[in-house]
Amino acid sequence: MIWLTWRQFRVQFLVVGSVVAAAIVILAVTGPGLADDYQRLTTEFIRNLGFQRLNPQLHYIGQALLYAVPPVIGAFWGAPLIARELETGTHRLVWSQSIGRRRWLATKIGMTGLSAIAITGLLSLAVTWWSDPIDDAINAGQESNTYLPRMFPPVFSARGLVPVGYAAFAFALGVAVGLVVRRTLVALAVTLAVVILVQILTPTFIRPHLMAPTDRTIVASAENIRGFMLDGSGPSPQVKQIEVATGVVGAWKLTDETVDKSGKALSVLPSWTIDCEPGGPPGTARETSPNPKRDACFQRLADEGYRQHVRYFTADTFWALQWREFGLFMLLALGLTGFSFWRIRRDLS
Amino acid sequence: MTAVLQAHGLGKRYGRRWALTDCDLEVPSGHVVGLVGPNGAGKSTLLNLAVGMLSPTTGTVEVLGTAAGTQQAKVGYVAQDTPTYSRLSITDHLKLGARLNPGWDDSLAQQRIQHLGLDPKQRAGKLSGGQRAQLALTLGLAKRPDLLILDEPVAALDPLARREFLQDLMQAVAEQELSVVLSSHLVSDVERACDYLIVLVDSRVQVNGEIDSLLATHFRLTGPRRNAKDLPRDQHVVTESHTDRQSTFLIRTDKPILDPAWNVSQLTLEDLVLAYMGRTAPAQPERPLLEVHR
Repeated sequence: MIWLTWRQFRVQFLVVGSVVAAAIVILAVTGPGLADDYQRLTTEFIRNLGFQRLNPQLHYIGQALLYAVPPVIGAFWGAPLIARELETGTHRLVWSQSIGRRRWLATKIGMTGLSAIAITGLLSLAVTWWSDPIDDAINAGQESNTYLPRMFPPVFSARGLVPVGYAAFAFALGVAVGLVVRRTLVALAVTLAVVILVQILTPTFIRPHLMAPTDRTIVASAENIRGFMLDGSGPSPQVKQIEVATGVVGAWKLTDETVDKSGKALSVLPSWTIDCEPGGPPGTARETSPNPKRDACFQRLADEGYRQHVRYFTADTFWALQWREFGLFMLLALGLTGFSFWRIRRDLS
Repeated sequence: MTAVLQAHGLGKRYGRRWALTDCDLEVPSGHVVGLVGPNGAGKSTLLNLAVGMLSPTTGTVEVLGTAAGTQQAKVGYVAQDTPTYSRLSITDHLKLGARLNPGWDDSLAQQRIQHLGLDPKQRAGKLSGGQRAQLALTLGLAKRPDLLILDEPVAALDPLARREFLQDLMQAVAEQELSVVLSSHLVSDVERACDYLIVLVDSRVQVNGEIDSLLATHFRLTGPRRNAKDLPRDQHVVTESHTDRQSTFLIRTDKPILDPAWNVSQLTLEDLVLAYMGRTAPAQPERPLLEVHR
């Protein structure tokens, strides 16, 4: 059965496997150079990266690959695994050999699923290791417009264990969908769509609930203000929202809302807060120039008890959050696999 | 002799539709059994139940003395349309058989492929329908089963390939001493290959028995018009037709026909099968369903 599984699976395996292997080799070769740069340049490391060509591209490619691998594995390894057999009727050939269909399914899912986990794990390990100098520099406070802290959703999903969880889930989903719809192409499309959707929606709807975030109230000031949202144009726009910096480097901010004295969140701020509008982008002359009207506005905000209520995950919760998200998707994968084993016992002629 | 296939009150429902109802059957071993019936009569369902591909809604089905699907190594199965892995070569298929069957007879498999003149390196997807069926049969035979079940194996083949396939099957049966159950919707296939007949119509077994004894106990009676009820009790009417002055009965009886008024003629297998197929199930409520029990 192991031979047959391999014989049927080897093309898909080699296609994905060779791309991943090539990526791992390139990362392994360039990684030490990047680490050297960081040791040598220390605080100038990120700024220096802006003048390089290869490493920023590799950073981007590694990230993109880790996003691409789970849906590809789900759609091209998971979905056809059973659906193609059911579609072409070959399940009736293989089930009429002297092997039970549960053992047949266990071998197929076991071999292909473990390959999926292993391949994604190796790629994620390579990318995480390669990017470590960059992540470290950013978390140490080096400024960058290109590189985000690894707690931020786009980076978080392409580091550590999370991609492995996604890949296992995508594979198990593909198998289960294929078993239910029994059409390779339909199963492939459904799996692809669902996995991509899960990748997009997880940071917003699932990740914030996996752990209790740090909860703080901050007084807004001319120094910490980072965002100012206006609604409506013309002479009297409404102030909808103020955002402040938490002062915690590398943290991922979930919410930032203005509350009044009683602690009630406001959907619209008082009209006088329009004076708190920041002058211009950081570092420009307008921002640094003294502005008494603005200072008065912030003073009034503080005096009247308005506070910014912020919730965020600090950088040191990275691995705890990684493990939880990984665990959640592994559980989902196990559940889906259990479903497949239950479903295979039913009539499928 | 033990039964290779035994069904009691066997029924299978798909959603609301019954594909097979209340099927009682006992097939003795050592026969080549032909299962005939019109399309949609439940032949495939019965065979799929027998190999454990489906599970019964009602009743039980036993194969070689144990519940269906429990003795996979002893039951060979060639599924409808003889599925094969189109991207795998013939060699790969034989390797598959060798890896998945403890009793695999590799020399038999190699011999058959050689005898058929097939290139072992060829992909199954490139084979003709007849060659594919032969490959599927090879897999079924080289497994060395006690019972080989074939579901419409020749349905898609042209007459020549059909004959070759059945001849090969017959030869293998003679060499390996196995029991065979083979379904078909053509009587000619059964006539060529089988010595035991089961007629399945509207998901019910209409008649079963050894073909020789079935032919020896069924007659066509033609004579002056008469009512079916006036026939002797031991003459079971299968079909009847009447004109103004003449009656034709197709009957089954173990006793000699003594009434000199009848013109008695023998039936061909085709006549017999068509008679049972043409009969609607509740035609004779007062008589039991005709079956040969032995």
